[in-house]
Amino acid sequence: MRSLIDIIDLTPEEIDGLINTAEDIIENPEKYNEKCRHKKLATLFFEPSTRTRLSFEAAMLELGGSVIGFSESSSSSAAKGESVSDTVRTVSCYADIIAMRHPKEGAPMIASMRSEVPIINAGDGGHNHPTQTLADLLTIKREKGRFDNLTIGFCGDLKFGRTVHSLISAMVRYENVKFVFISPQELKIPDYIKSEVLEPNKISFSETESLEEVMPELDILYMTRVQRERFFNEADYIRLKDSYVLTNEKLTPAKPDMCVLHPLPRVNEISVDVDDNPRACYFKQVRNGKYIRMALILKLLEIE
Amino acid sequence: MNIDSIRNGIVIDHIEAGKGMDIYHFLRLDELDCSVAIIKNAASRKMGKKDIIKIDSALDIDLDALGYIDPDVSVNIIENGELVRKMHVELPEKITNIIKCNNPRCITSVEQEIPHIFKLTDRSRGVYRCIYCESVPKHKM
Repeated sequence: MRSLIDIIDLTPEEIDGLINTAEDIIENPEKYNEKCRHKKLATLFFEPSTRTRLSFEAAMLELGGSVIGFSESSSSSAAKGESVSDTVRTVSCYADIIAMRHPKEGAPMIASMRSEVPIINAGDGGHNHPTQTLADLLTIKREKGRFDNLTIGFCGDLKFGRTVHSLISAMVRYENVKFVFISPQELKIPDYIKSEVLEPNKISFSETESLEEVMPELDILYMTRVQRERFFNEADYIRLKDSYVLTNEKLTPAKPDMCVLHPLPRVNEISVDVDDNPRACYFKQVRNGKYIRMALILKLLEIE
Repeated sequence: MNIDSIRNGIVIDHIEAGKGMDIYHFLRLDELDCSVAIIKNAASRKMGKKDIIKIDSALDIDLDALGYIDPDVSVNIIENGELVRKMHVELPEKITNIIKCNNPRCITSVEQEIPHIFKLTDRSRGVYRCIYCESVPKHKM
């Protein structure tokens, strides 16, 4: 029995397999609409997340399965002090697979050690969010046709952004991938990502504070939110916040086939006028998230 | 106890000078009834100076814990006054309940019964990370 806790639990070959399944689902949705008949997905959301929960639920429903669960811990027995282990052991008596979001880092791993059914980590605090990374990867594959020979710019909050760290971990396994990290000093990529992920894999990377400067060289631009609460003082936030807002004007020197990604929700870091730019792929990313979750559910349930 | 000769027991040698007491407390040697000698700042050709612990009793030492605290120590097993085994410890791949995760966002901070497990992620720099949240402990012990 397999669970998915961290994106690197999956080999590149397994990721290719999931992407192939997702693309087949996109091409032939009718082939899949009964695959999970009589199967139940439990969505255990110990903290609210409308987007991810609905994506999982839509994925299971489109596979012909059904969904049970809760969307905040106050409506679960966790509010009575039950441990994650006990909740999961109980729910695994009712459901065939569990998608779990928890504010504490490592909670889904504990769950996977105790559960009798596969666990999918749907986000554990600021730690991992592997199905977001799978959505990112499917979008990259569909838009660029490859994972190798890409220059990927990450812009915004690179210090706390779990989606950034997970996508880096997934992409370092491919040939000739270069990273450009675009952030204010306060939100730079952490040193441990450099020493434990980039350097051992001999990955070429550069760091800059200027998005405009590097725009022409990027194949992918991964935007993230710069959050006010990450700054030590208001003056720094005000000084920097507009530097990391993407507009159509800033996109002018970009490659015509460059692809703009964002894990969403956005606040103001991508101007609404970019939505109609052909480079904008973030809503495709949302749709792809559902398809890759469908592929993942099939894989973990060992349904062909 | 004659610290030069143990009949049946253990000598923990090549301890980095100053760490002898840490190991003494960590291995809970203060709870033993037998004689235990801590020699501090003994002359060492290899290390300049070192600490040594001699325990006048056969007991099981947690070599993983010892390796985590000081991967350069050697453990000599003495039987009938003879050195019968010399063991070198190394940084263990995994340590359980030796140190605690101090990340307040980690699941171990709220669920008390979970074992605190750390895995070695960078042998050259001796970096351990919590298997749940992947954070590095702030203090080694």
